[in-house]
Amino acid sequence: MLAFTIRRLGQSAFVLVVMAFIVFVGVYAIGDPIELLINPQADAVERARATAALGLDKSLAEQFMSFLAGALRGDLGRSFVFNVPALQLILDRLPATLELAGAAMVIAVVLGIPLGLIAGLKPDSAIGRAIMAGSILGFSLPTFWVGLVLIMVFSVHFGWLPPNGRGETTLLLGVPVSFLTIDGLRHLAMPALNLAVFKLSLLVRLTRAGTREALLQDYVKFARAKGLPARRVIGVHVLKNILIPIVTVIGLELGSVIAFAVVTESIFAWPGTGKLLIDSINQLDRPVVVAYLLVIVTIFIVINFVVDLLYSLLDPRVRIGQAAAAH
Amino acid sequence: MSARLLEVEGLRTHFFTQAGTLKAVDDVSFAVDRGRVLGLVGESGSGKSMTGYSILGLVDPPGRIVAGSIRLNGTELTTLGASQWRRMRGNRIAMVFQDPMMTLNPVLRIDTQMIETVRAHHDVPRAAALDRCREALVQVGIASPDERLQGYPHQFSGGMRQRVAIAIALVNKPDLIIADEPTTALDVTIQGQILHEMQRLCRESGTALLWITHDLSVIAGLADDVCVMYAGRIVEAGTVDDVLDNPMHPYTRGLLDSVPSSNTPGRPLSQIRGMTPSLLQLGEACAFRERCSRAVDSCRTAPPVRVSGGRSLRCVNPLA
Amino acid sequence: MSSVRIATEIPPAEAAEPRAESPWRRFAAEFAESPLALAGLAMLVVIVVAAIAAPIISPQNPYDLSQLDVLDSKLPPGEHSSSTGTTYWLGTDDQGRDMLSGIFYGLRISLAVGASSTVIALAIGLSLGLAAAYFGGWMDALIMRIADIQLSFPAILIALILLAVLGQGIDKIIAALVTVQWAYYARTVRSSALVERQKEYIEAAHVLALSRARIVFRHLLPNCLPPLIVVATVQVAHAILLESTLSFLGLGLPITEPSLGLLIANGFQYMLSGKYWISFYPGLALLLSIMAINLVADQLRDVLNPRLRR
Repeated sequence: MLAFTIRRLGQSAFVLVVMAFIVFVGVYAIGDPIELLINPQADAVERARATAALGLDKSLAEQFMSFLAGALRGDLGRSFVFNVPALQLILDRLPATLELAGAAMVIAVVLGIPLGLIAGLKPDSAIGRAIMAGSILGFSLPTFWVGLVLIMVFSVHFGWLPPNGRGETTLLLGVPVSFLTIDGLRHLAMPALNLAVFKLSLLVRLTRAGTREALLQDYVKFARAKGLPARRVIGVHVLKNILIPIVTVIGLELGSVIAFAVVTESIFAWPGTGKLLIDSINQLDRPVVVAYLLVIVTIFIVINFVVDLLYSLLDPRVRIGQAAAAH
Repeated sequence: MSARLLEVEGLRTHFFTQAGTLKAVDDVSFAVDRGRVLGLVGESGSGKSMTGYSILGLVDPPGRIVAGSIRLNGTELTTLGASQWRRMRGNRIAMVFQDPMMTLNPVLRIDTQMIETVRAHHDVPRAAALDRCREALVQVGIASPDERLQGYPHQFSGGMRQRVAIAIALVNKPDLIIADEPTTALDVTIQGQILHEMQRLCRESGTALLWITHDLSVIAGLADDVCVMYAGRIVEAGTVDDVLDNPMHPYTRGLLDSVPSSNTPGRPLSQIRGMTPSLLQLGEACAFRERCSRAVDSCRTAPPVRVSGGRSLRCVNPLA
Repeated sequence: MSSVRIATEIPPAEAAEPRAESPWRRFAAEFAESPLALAGLAMLVVIVVAAIAAPIISPQNPYDLSQLDVLDSKLPPGEHSSSTGTTYWLGTDDQGRDMLSGIFYGLRISLAVGASSTVIALAIGLSLGLAAAYFGGWMDALIMRIADIQLSFPAILIALILLAVLGQGIDKIIAALVTVQWAYYARTVRSSALVERQKEYIEAAHVLALSRARIVFRHLLPNCLPPLIVVATVQVAHAILLESTLSFLGLGLPITEPSLGLLIANGFQYMLSGKYWISFYPGLALLLSIMAINLVADQLRDVLNPRLRR
């Protein structure tokens, strides 16, 4: 167990450094932010001074080294546009994104697994088919278009929900969250639902496939032969088996949801890191882009790691391993 | 109460598929008494396992029991409602399957899987249920039951897992155990052990045992009575000694001859030529006609079942 | 539609003679078992034809400035043009462009970009996957390592990074889409190829001293195709979706070649004032295209999946 953990940590650190390098080279090698930030009338001397001030006159390798050194100290450069530390900028807005992503995942799981279970248990019934057709629809919906339609219906037409922004926040363990207030929930509802649609469909399909396969297994036959009530056969025997792969998928999809929040944040003007990223890309604010990517990659690596750990804990075959066959 | 524990009469289980009606079990009749072992022998596709499932009421759509009667201690099973039949399963009738790795749920502990069997049928506190499970494990020859109970299926060997499965079958002291090829997936040495133990357990507790297999040699050592099945029908039945020493049906003869150990070394192995017919296309004729060396014209119509002296036979041109 | 679920033994071979039927006919027959899939296929055909024939069937060429009348801007669906009298079936956008025509032209670009990126990614992924499976060793390890690392990050993130670096342009979008997809193909082909490689007909081909290339292309490849076809179909839908998302965010295709994503983005600002049609209808067209592809892909997967085969 310990060896496994250490090995994975080492791998993760390695991937992180490699990603940092790729991102750094990619972002810094192309584009010239000076053009954006200096008065076009500025003369060569001005230009040179600004370049030096931003550290852009050094060679790529030097820039990367100083960047790495800074990164280890927690300093990922200053935003060209806002002139505040890039990392700070990202971390300030991260709670909003995580809240949105978390809410979306909760919706997807709470709705997706039961619906998928029903569809798997009764695949040929009307409701089973309806759920499957619905999931194909959900899978095909462009997230950004759904967001627009939601705004169209609930904000413009009915006027029930606010079309943009985040609601009132309260502090939970020192982090500002908005789901504890009614106003916050009203603002959170549409974006979270929007982001959830795709994952919901995915979970429904996954759960359905898992259920169908589980039902064909011998242990289900044996459970029925023991005279167990259907409730228990499905609720314990089948569920426990399908939850293991599904939990790992949920974990991995969480990372994907955080990344995809970029789209939802743009539509609903949700003040998270995604919107910041798009703006930074367009304005060539490199430090912010790099900081964002590094933070996201770190989050991913942590999620992957936790998921691996979780999987080995949940599946007794992996956790206990093949003990020497007792007789 | 009649002495016959299980009576099956005229059982027909058909599957209604897009390709046609598959007559998996076609007019099967037999009976088993307390403490006796009945072997149900046949090739793959003969309908023997499906007979077992029918008795348990576990035939899934597109199949169902279309005709016949199954009586356990006088209670007619085919007219039972779903929940009544469920109360029989694991309680009065239990089943042991072929591959214990697949039949025990890999992610649940052994004690969970055993206790739930008890508590599904008896309203007892967990501790009492656990005691019963321990007893059952000891009965099947597992010396340190507490260790086993805490473990997961993958931690044990095949033989051990099968013992656990048998213990689960025994835990509610059923009247009848249906064993569907329970030793086929095991090592030869373990096979012998399990066979003996099951025979002993059944004799001691008076439980009837229906042993389904394709292996005649197993039946020879284990069973009191035997039914030979072919293409969904019982072609010959009687006590093991009678049938194996004096087979009357050409198919039974063919099966006996094809057992390798009965062959003289150096001579080619004997086989029954041809293949089992598709269960979709059974007509009224004798299903074995195509492969039988003794077929005559009258085999084209359904051979009647003749019962005499404790033996039954479905053949118009038998060997004796 | 139910597969036959029989608990145990049903004889494998039929004594009667098998119906002689070519595999194509059987495939078509199995595919046609789902009415949804057939509907999807029909929808897809209509959409593709409409996209190809866009210049012919559009009432107006929306990118020909001489045909536009700014006075006609933001008209709701059903209104007539004040100058030419043609009906704007789906309304006009802020520049006076007919939405219906815009949608036809936009479909063209969306589908073309999606399909071409899939084809290129397929070619690259196929080659790399086959190479990895066939040569094994360090080449296999290297290719698969890169593929795995890439696949563990969400597509949109990779696309965003690439576009941040490369900038705008249709070739750069296609490059981003290809980069995001190749790994799926490589992995699918590799695992199929590894399975096939063990099979006896490959050994037989070796024994017959057929050249390596011949073995790979004529024997190995055709058997790896079914899962590949399923993956490719699904991926076309993903590519189209991803491209439209990127265009919506302003990072995708340039304004001169508006795909459906860009059309939707253009209309976003008018949503709150109730002029929904500028965004709504292009989105609907996008949705229908993607759904059609997914319906077809679903049935293809069921038909081509060896495990579910009856």
